Amino acid sequence: MSSEQLEKKEKDPMFSAKVVKLLKNPLNLENPITVQVLGICSALAVTVQMKPALVMALSVTVVTAFSNLIISALRNTIPSRIRIIVQLVVIAALVIIVDQLLKAYVYDVSKKLSVFVGLIITNCILMGRLEAYAMANKPWPSFVDGIGNGVGYGLILVMVAFFREFFGSGKFYGFTVIPKAFYDAGYVNNGLMILPPMALITIGIIIWIQRSKNRGLIDN
Amino acid sequence: MHSNKYIFIYSAVMVVVVAIALTIVAVQLKPLQDINIRIEKMQNILASVNLVTTPKNAQELYTKYLKETLVVNEKGDLITGVDAFTVDLALELKKPPADRQLPIYIAILDNGEKAYIVPLRGKGLWGAIWGYISFKSDFNTVVGTMFDHKSETPGLGAEINTREFQQHFEGKKIFDDKGVFTSIGILKGGAKPDDMHGVDAISGGTITSKGVEKMIRDCLVGYENYFKNPNKL
Repeated sequence: MSSEQLEKKEKDPMFSAKVVKLLKNPLNLENPITVQVLGICSALAVTVQMKPALVMALSVTVVTAFSNLIISALRNTIPSRIRIIVQLVVIAALVIIVDQLLKAYVYDVSKKLSVFVGLIITNCILMGRLEAYAMANKPWPSFVDGIGNGVGYGLILVMVAFFREFFGSGKFYGFTVIPKAFYDAGYVNNGLMILPPMALITIGIIIWIQRSKNRGLIDN
Repeated sequence: MHSNKYIFIYSAVMVVVVAIALTIVAVQLKPLQDINIRIEKMQNILASVNLVTTPKNAQELYTKYLKETLVVNEKGDLITGVDAFTVDLALELKKPPADRQLPIYIAILDNGEKAYIVPLRGKGLWGAIWGYISFKSDFNTVVGTMFDHKSETPGLGAEINTREFQQHFEGKKIFDDKGVFTSIGILKGGAKPDDMHGVDAISGGTITSKGVEKMIRDCLVGYENYFKNPNKL
């Protein structure tokens, strides 16, 4: 077999229509937060500002992708009676590694995220994807599924964080965007936006808009 | 269905493999993390004398400005043989006041004046708060402060780590006209402009503000004897 053929043979299944779908679906029709309703807890906690939301999204994506990959590679050896324990060990180990890496290389970000990185372990998306997908599929599609779900989760997180940071502190990614003249004229930041209830309401509004555009998602 | 033996061996192997992997990661990254913690401490100390640093230039600026460090005890006597930089305030505060080792960092500022920097540590609403406060050589007038926190409410109590809050402390005094230790109060509803011993609290962050006030008082009280008679050394 020539090298060209080899490459083609490898490339073909790598980004087949099925795999692309795994990446795209979690962004909208199978979004982990708004449709599967997983990972709500951290969506409330880290969406006060854009920066922690982005780093959290990135960390979750990395951990989901690699835990999916590892569990999927091991799926035929894992005894079904202790599979949840095995999944937890893999997730916990990966989260600790991510936490240690953040502390060593991006210390200031890790200070902001300190508590939340530990919370990745309890993020329902991880266990949800492992049980629903990685345990029954091959490593590569599982890896892509993990990335897709991580990005889908991150998308909602960043959207919520945008509104909360903008209305709550008048900032965008840490930079003040609402001009001083507005404050002088009597405008005040909405303190409620900073508190968790508004995250829930913001997510609710996003779900509302999404369902009104995709009628198929509405339950009967 | 897997046998019990398989399950036991599987879990044992898994635990060992994961433990080894985590140990390697932790040991490999420890030196880098320690450097980060050290640099952060240097940045915090420099921030309390109003010097803005980045993680890159912190070490260089620290050696440039920080010329001397001291460790004293509650009576104001010098303790020798202890490196002030390595004193862990969290541990010291757990000891009875008489046994505490209290570090002082002395910086020489650009205008040639000395600034005496004292570390602080206390409790906020949700967790630990800490910081540094620096004084002019009268051991009374505040040069600057730096506060940080573990988990205060973002937008409310967490505002203590902003410049806007910290700059109110500049020029305040901790002793009154008669030389009695009064510390600095953080006042809900705002301090009067001519109040030398009070600053505005953060609206919505009352418990954190009170925590900062208590932290300053509790940590400074140990230095009172040294501050009143620094030449004894």
